[in-house]
Amino acid sequence: MSNVLEVDALTKHFPIRSGLLHREVGRIRAVDSVSFHLGRGETLALVGESGCGKTTVARCLLRALAPTSGTIRFTPEGGREIDLAPLSRRQLRPLRRHMQMIFQDPYASLNPRMLVGDIIAEPMLVNGVPVADRQARVRELLELVGLPDTARTRFPFAFSGGQRQRIGIARALALTPSLIVADEPVSALDVSVQAQIINLLLDLQDRLRLSMIFVAHDLGVVRHVSDRVAVMYVGRIVETGPTTELYRQPLHPYTAALLASVPKPDPTQRDAAPPLAGDVADAGNVPKGCAFHPRCPHAQDLCRQVRPELLEVAPGRMSACHRARELTFAGVS
Amino acid sequence: MSQKSNSAGNGVGHAAGSEDRYAEATQLQLTWWRFKKHKLALLSLWIVAFFYLIAIFADVLAINDPQATDARRSYIPPQGIHLFDDGNFRPHVNGLKGTRDLKTFKLAYTPDPAKKLPVRLFARGYSYHLFGLIPTDIHVLGVEGGEAVDGLFLLGTDQLGRDLYSRLVVATRISLSIGLAGVGLSLLLGILLGGLSGLYGGIVDTVIQRVIEMVRSIPTIPLWMGLAAALPNTWSVTQVYFAITLIISLFGWTELARVVRGRFLALREEDFVIAAELAGASQLRIIFRHMLPSFASHVIAATSLALPAMIISETSLSFLGLGLRAPAISWGILLQDAQNVQVLAGAPWLLLAAVPVILVILAFNFLGDGLRDAADPYG
Repeated sequence: MSNVLEVDALTKHFPIRSGLLHREVGRIRAVDSVSFHLGRGETLALVGESGCGKTTVARCLLRALAPTSGTIRFTPEGGREIDLAPLSRRQLRPLRRHMQMIFQDPYASLNPRMLVGDIIAEPMLVNGVPVADRQARVRELLELVGLPDTARTRFPFAFSGGQRQRIGIARALALTPSLIVADEPVSALDVSVQAQIINLLLDLQDRLRLSMIFVAHDLGVVRHVSDRVAVMYVGRIVETGPTTELYRQPLHPYTAALLASVPKPDPTQRDAAPPLAGDVADAGNVPKGCAFHPRCPHAQDLCRQVRPELLEVAPGRMSACHRARELTFAGVS
Repeated sequence: MSQKSNSAGNGVGHAAGSEDRYAEATQLQLTWWRFKKHKLALLSLWIVAFFYLIAIFADVLAINDPQATDARRSYIPPQGIHLFDDGNFRPHVNGLKGTRDLKTFKLAYTPDPAKKLPVRLFARGYSYHLFGLIPTDIHVLGVEGGEAVDGLFLLGTDQLGRDLYSRLVVATRISLSIGLAGVGLSLLLGILLGGLSGLYGGIVDTVIQRVIEMVRSIPTIPLWMGLAAALPNTWSVTQVYFAITLIISLFGWTELARVVRGRFLALREEDFVIAAELAGASQLRIIFRHMLPSFASHVIAATSLALPAMIISETSLSFLGLGLRAPAISWGILLQDAQNVQVLAGAPWLLLAAVPVILVILAFNFLGDGLRDAADPYG
């Protein structure tokens, strides 16, 4: 089975401009040469701290942003492979129906002046689905995401955060896209509501065989949803692997630190590992060598000099750490 | 259902049980409901509406011909209407007897109790065209008979013996409509240039913003003077009126352009706008369906705050003799008569022309405030 998405060396730099002439004085390397693939029906989680570039990757994939370089080869269901990276706005429009986004903030992502029914129907409207089909599909989608039919004639403000996120999901599913990019879909929600939305996504994965990129900032949420995980740090992927294996035995100290920071409900398990010291490196001024070395408890001279490549360490497991083979990091069971 | 919508409208502060009403209300209804809570703004709305009604029916409400002069009735003080005559309801005004004070050579008027002029509703007076179309001479109030000095002068007369009340009523028309026309033009310029600036950004934005800064850095009064002085003397009242509107609005658009640009910039980054783009919506659809409705209310509020500035501009220009010129009648022109301290000492009622200016300006400001608060009912 072919991959829905093959991303190769995706790079997005934001120029830092200043002065009267807007001269470029520096660059923020938000995303630096990121490569991954997504199989059909698979869910890949992109995980990392704030500012690591995961949202930028998500927006580049859907071409809400234009990447600086790299390729994004996308194969819609029953279509042929196409590189999204160089396409213009106009060229992208016919492809939009095949890829949709679920947004982080359910309060900002729904137009407050439109009825819920119109919001969900919009992707169908702009892609030329006839009225009658649209209405039937809206009812179907509302049922699918667990909202009452009466929601159609209401405005978004009448709904709670979790319900709004359901509306956002219904909108994303409207055209049965080949690819869904969920940008931290539960981060803005209460923990109890997070679980509901996660369960909904799991249910939908099952029923619709979604191919999804799931962006999150903590590994706790990701565990249940994703088949594979890619951990990002300052614009680069530092580790990828199948979810269970990655959780059981991480191959990068950063992944280990992220796992250690997941809140544990068992008090005897707490503080097994010291919390990560320091802040995320500045993407405008990335440290030499391994970007993680100033915070890494295992850093050596090599780490300070040479940037480690993302290499296959074990079958299906890739890590960008010089010491991945010699060190053993604590995972969670 | 109730369990699904238990967080409905928490920003609106509604009573329990009215959830469905709020959840399904249109934007207009929500705005109106919130606006109604602002009592001062509601009152202001009525005041503004009242003044615009006066402007529309100015000639009907006027009693005497606002242009008719008569030296024999110069500076008549405001008169009251006597409602009862010998215990019967028979509204009338007393005729006046003008005698010249031999020391000051001023005309002093004393009411003549014997001379009773009945006040009639829908009386016939001077001829005019209702709405500029229908020729008629019906006025709401009027007196019949009598000589030149015998008339109903509710707010007194000016030096040339013109009825201040009638002039004030007719002036309302020009003063309020020049505000509307000026704001309309400003709005057009502001939305167009602000929209271009916010939408395209880059060099377009830079150029437009610098132009705005330049326009705003010029002191307005000298510039008005220059422009007004450039208007040919031979122009008719109507031509001057339009020229003044144009001059005022050429400076009024900058504020609106800034508002519009700011909204465009903010909305361009909004998730729901990005969502529409990612759904494949066209640029036009994004602008008209997603962006414009989100800031239309702000533009309306900004407009209602810009209107009083326009009215004040016209009034001060005309007051300084730079705006409209007699025989046009506007609030500023009426106030021009009150420039002289000596005149004011003798005929203080001429200052009454300032009352509607103050009232309308205040009302517009409160109205604008209320609209601005109500503009975003989703809170």
